Amino acid sequence: MSDAIIGGKDRIEKRFAKLKEEGRAGLVTFITAGDPDPEASFEILKALPEAGADIIELGMPFTDPMADGPAIQEASNRALAAGMHMRKTLSLVRGFRDQDHETPIILMGYYNPIYIYGVAEFLEDARNAGVDGLIVVDLPPEEDAELCVPTVEKGLSFIRLTTPTSDDKRLPKLVQNTSGFVYYVSVAGVTGAGSASNEQIIEAMERLRRHTKLPIAVGFGIKTAAQAAEVARQADAAVVGSAIVSKIAESLDENGKATDKTASMVTGLVRELASGVRDARK
Amino acid sequence: MTSSSPKPNSYRTLPDTDGHFGNYGGRFVAETLMPLILELEQAYKDAKNDPEFQKELDYYLKYYVGRPSPLYFAERMTAELGGAKVYFKRDELNHTGAHKINNCIGQILLAMRMGKTRIIAETGAGQHGVATATVCARFGLPCTVYMGAKDIERQSPNVFRMKLLGAEVKPVESGSRSLKDAMNEALRDWVTNVEDTFYIIGTAAGPHPYPELVRDFQCVIGNEAKEQIMEAEGRLPDLLVAAIGGGSNAIGLFHPFLDDKDVEITGVEAAGHGVHTGKHAASLTAGAPGVLHGNRTYLLMDDDGQITEADSISAGLDYPGIGPEHSWLKDIGRVNYVAITDKEALAAFKLCSECEGIIPALEPSHALAHVIKIAPTMSKDKIIIVNLCGRGDKDIFTVAEALGVKL
Repeated sequence: MSDAIIGGKDRIEKRFAKLKEEGRAGLVTFITAGDPDPEASFEILKALPEAGADIIELGMPFTDPMADGPAIQEASNRALAAGMHMRKTLSLVRGFRDQDHETPIILMGYYNPIYIYGVAEFLEDARNAGVDGLIVVDLPPEEDAELCVPTVEKGLSFIRLTTPTSDDKRLPKLVQNTSGFVYYVSVAGVTGAGSASNEQIIEAMERLRRHTKLPIAVGFGIKTAAQAAEVARQADAAVVGSAIVSKIAESLDENGKATDKTASMVTGLVRELASGVRDARK
Repeated sequence: MTSSSPKPNSYRTLPDTDGHFGNYGGRFVAETLMPLILELEQAYKDAKNDPEFQKELDYYLKYYVGRPSPLYFAERMTAELGGAKVYFKRDELNHTGAHKINNCIGQILLAMRMGKTRIIAETGAGQHGVATATVCARFGLPCTVYMGAKDIERQSPNVFRMKLLGAEVKPVESGSRSLKDAMNEALRDWVTNVEDTFYIIGTAAGPHPYPELVRDFQCVIGNEAKEQIMEAEGRLPDLLVAAIGGGSNAIGLFHPFLDDKDVEITGVEAAGHGVHTGKHAASLTAGAPGVLHGNRTYLLMDDDGQITEADSISAGLDYPGIGPEHSWLKDIGRVNYVAITDKEALAAFKLCSECEGIIPALEPSHALAHVIKIAPTMSKDKIIIVNLCGRGDKDIFTVAEALGVKL
């Protein structure tokens, strides 16, 4: 196994260091692995860094994504219907990693598919495939020791979500044992719903920065380049998920299959978002 | 008891402070919900220790729900089966026709204590939805019930009842369009409306403290049954039987008897078309431990951890999971779990209607079907209590269709 390939928190740290050097925030893009099918998904994934994605979140499909809105639910359904499963998700990462040694990949999803895979085996395979970090939506700190501790031991980042309901009492617990960055979910709700106001985000950043020196990525409800730019003025990165995934849905033919426009429609949006993020602090 | 696991001194001390029943239970929810879950836990602790809360709960259980429900000796069914004496715990006589209201009264009193002003719920067969809509009407709170589109089709009388009671019924089209998807959608609503909304979960599952508090509110069933059987027979029963979807009526009957070591206990899951066909809802019999809807518990899933669809003629049992305490009771061997097919449940439904003049819901028909199997093998001095947790009015269309009768 080449060191250039294996995953680890270093890759995330290096990326944020580089962003800092460039004096700008990063763009984190989310797609669901295998959406709309494994091949098209690989084409999209490969094209993301060149289109301006600084970090990639790759959704692990799950039948019951209870913290996600309709766009990501449907992405999960499309991927599962196209035969996606965890081993294929990891090979997708491996295929990407063979070509790109720098762009961090974070797997994001729900605990059950990892639990059933087996935590130790999953972490071993994920690291070897080039996965750098994990976000597991339904594992709060009260339950995550069984995954968080071995993930950290393996050298991968375990990234926790912080939310508008995470108060000063709770935040110390949330930033403990976390690395890479802290993900701030800017609205109470499911993915793809409304967005937070600039004031709310400024206030939240201040609160979070009292508790952590880690970079902060802000997500939920960011759909346009202008919104991404606004977030990029406050946060270290802006996360866009539902809008990208909706673009995939829009590009499909009447049978729900990928078309020759699928990858280009996604990269088109990512380019816009990236220019918003890159110009934000100019 | 057949298990070789070490036996605890008491089976009634769990969950632990983190909401675990052995390996099961817990709080597997999105971070946004965690502060609410912790707030609910504290509020429930306070309520439990407040005699005023208990007094209020008892008042409504007596005068509004109509408790205690009778423990009835099913004389003709006993004679028909020719073995153990069969008693019915008649929770189908409660207001709204099922055990669900015991829990709803408790939770809405808790919601009001916490200052919540909006109620949401999920429902499968519609019994929990009706019970929730009922208490919301009674206490004047707006109510939204999530119900799988498939269940809306097969339980139309209950949908109409909820609407009559002033609730908004939201059809859920995602996933398998049944109970698990309704629960996903209720969780999505809750995570979006964290400030004012209280989620009344209908079964003894979900994130801690729900499995504990739903069980506690349903324990009125077992506590009454214990007192009533002592009065009727002067001794405890030999066997308890109850149907299990999420498992709230069963845990309510079982829990007060868990430390009575001579009382055998059997939970009855839905085998649908038969466990071997893969079309069933028997998560304890044929599933494996996993994590869904806030708890670790036995689930129906594939080898990738994707949740598979449950299948049962009874919408109330059509759920791919199970309350975490049942998972623990199975592993530790205190409760025996079996599965009954649609066909067997229908036969029991008919027999109970014809020889006792009681039309049971399809859910307890599964429990009755097990009684029909087991009672003849037991001697006449043995006693069985079966939880008749719901009445069958809501099911007559489903049953007519299954029997090929056109209404």
